[in-house]
Amino acid sequence: MTSPLEQKKIKITQPSVVTANRTWDGAVIYRTATGRWSTELNEAAVVRVADEARALLAESAADDLGAVGAYIAPVEIGEGGDIAPGNLRETIRATGVTISLPAQEPAQV
Amino acid sequence: MYAYDEIDRTLINERVSEFRDQVKRRLTGELTEDEFKMLRLQNGVYLQLHAYMFRVAIPYGTLSSKQLRRLAHVARRYDRGYGHFTTRQNIQFNWIKLAELPDALADLAEVSIHAMQTSGNNTRNVTSDQWAGVVPGEVEDPRIWSEVLRQYTTLHPEFSFLPRKFKFAITAHPHDRAAIKIHDIGLRLHKNEQGETGFEVMVGGGLGRTPFIAKTIRPFVHGRDLLSYVEAIMRVYNRYGRRDNIYKARIKILVHELGIEKFGAEVEEEWQQIRDGSLRLDDETIEDIRSRFSYPTYEKLPHMPEELRKAAHDPLFERWRRNAVFPHKATGYSIVTISLKPVGGPPGDATADQMDALADLADKYSFGEIRVGHEQNLALPHVARRDLPELWKALDAIGLATPNVNLVSDIIACPGLDYCSLANARSIPIAQELTRRFANHDTASLIGRLHINISGCINACGHHHVGHIGILGVEKNGEEFYQITIGGRADEKAELGVLIGPAVPYGEVADVIEDIVEAYLALRAAPDELFVDTVKRLGVEPFRERVYATR
Repeated sequence: MTSPLEQKKIKITQPSVVTANRTWDGAVIYRTATGRWSTELNEAAVVRVADEARALLAESAADDLGAVGAYIAPVEIGEGGDIAPGNLRETIRATGVTISLPAQEPAQV
Repeated sequence: MYAYDEIDRTLINERVSEFRDQVKRRLTGELTEDEFKMLRLQNGVYLQLHAYMFRVAIPYGTLSSKQLRRLAHVARRYDRGYGHFTTRQNIQFNWIKLAELPDALADLAEVSIHAMQTSGNNTRNVTSDQWAGVVPGEVEDPRIWSEVLRQYTTLHPEFSFLPRKFKFAITAHPHDRAAIKIHDIGLRLHKNEQGETGFEVMVGGGLGRTPFIAKTIRPFVHGRDLLSYVEAIMRVYNRYGRRDNIYKARIKILVHELGIEKFGAEVEEEWQQIRDGSLRLDDETIEDIRSRFSYPTYEKLPHMPEELRKAAHDPLFERWRRNAVFPHKATGYSIVTISLKPVGGPPGDATADQMDALADLADKYSFGEIRVGHEQNLALPHVARRDLPELWKALDAIGLATPNVNLVSDIIACPGLDYCSLANARSIPIAQELTRRFANHDTASLIGRLHINISGCINACGHHHVGHIGILGVEKNGEEFYQITIGGRADEKAELGVLIGPAVPYGEVADVIEDIVEAYLALRAAPDELFVDTVKRLGVEPFRERVYATR
């Protein structure tokens, strides 16, 4: 996982959000504009320039109790303003594994 | 089975209490993540893409039915109803909540299972041949020595903060099922000319970014000297291993840079100072450990019982028997490999229901014992041959009778980008597609033994370097691409595979593998020439031509 430490030199080439994992259960969470965490990507604060991103990341990383491993992740903004993950990794984090979980689907033998 | 003594049980229980306190302090903010990270890693807790991942050790791959039921319980109570068996005789749970981890650990501790040193820069779970103690032709049961090492390495104060992780594997059979040559220390148990039991010690094997096959540092170390010699190796590593660069910190880099002769000389010098000290193993200690392993009392049974003779008329049973049933040291018994590679399924996964059902079958047919192999399959080690037809029916009913052991669809794969925070590309969907492509059993049998290994990144948890066909996921401009190697193997003739050409995109991987297999079928000298032997004879060029001529 890209850690905040590795993101000292922040370059923003597309809209981005800050994401992390929730401390008590590890769930994927996103930093909101109101300084909270949400499990909904659509509630994330979107940043577009490096200074904004750096500030949002610093604020997020300061919440050591609530979240682990905050980092900046690319997103895409739809015509209606919907936020979508910007790469496959973030898509998998946002929507789950791309396979059926074993306990949910009988294996084909 | 090995029975833990009071010291082991106390150690495990104390560890649960410590971790419960550490988790509590983390969740109340008394510990920061930076302070907590090392503590959770020492208890096998990683943070992955979606959740915490909990890695539990299955020392030398031996499980009791009671332990397997408890793993099923953890999967059901704390996770999402399944577990993933890994290439190092561990099981991983992918969706555990940190707040519930101490309870899960406590539940496991009740049946002598733990997660100590399944992560972190220390000695990891000691692995061995999953057929240990039952396979014909073995020098002796390597698990006795695995247990010696387990006790020695667990919480060893000098080796709890090594430059990097450190892995042991042991075999006592001429055919290596434990992949010892790709471990930091590989041990081959054998007898010398005087008939004494000892070890060929190999060092500096490993995969990842810089793969190496282990080199023999000493052809024979007497059993009584095992710990002192191992300690000498680890001391040299601890002293000279690099701590400034994580990519150069494994012992394989040190052995490579010093050369095996110089490294060996350093070890020898260290060893001479300690070999006759407190680490020298006396017969009493070894016998005490040996006595804690219990073995079944086998009946005198015929090799070809009537039940088996009758069942041989059923082609589906025969197909499974030929594929999954292997010789046992006791007449009238067999070792049965349980494929965890169903067509279209994730390699190495088992549901809680399957684990419970298999535990019942182990009680009924295998003296309550189950084994876990590095190929991500399970085994029942003591099945009376008269019971094979009934066992097959029962396995089939729970989806565990796929007759593909060692065939092209018996794929080793890491969790890949679907779960892993280090991965660049997905592994499981590639494996699933390949199992569908090669689902026809007659075709798979025609192809014969062929191991495909898939890793989702260069860390090589899927051991792609030593797959007969290796598939490595990489990222190119945000897209998943895969490098293909051929000719690798992880057995006693271990070799690293050779890259056949440029990486191919996700959507073309299965086609490329089919092309390689078709080329092999056309090129092999005889039907019994294995894929890996054809590659050895011809090199990669004919396969490269076949794959890239039209791409």
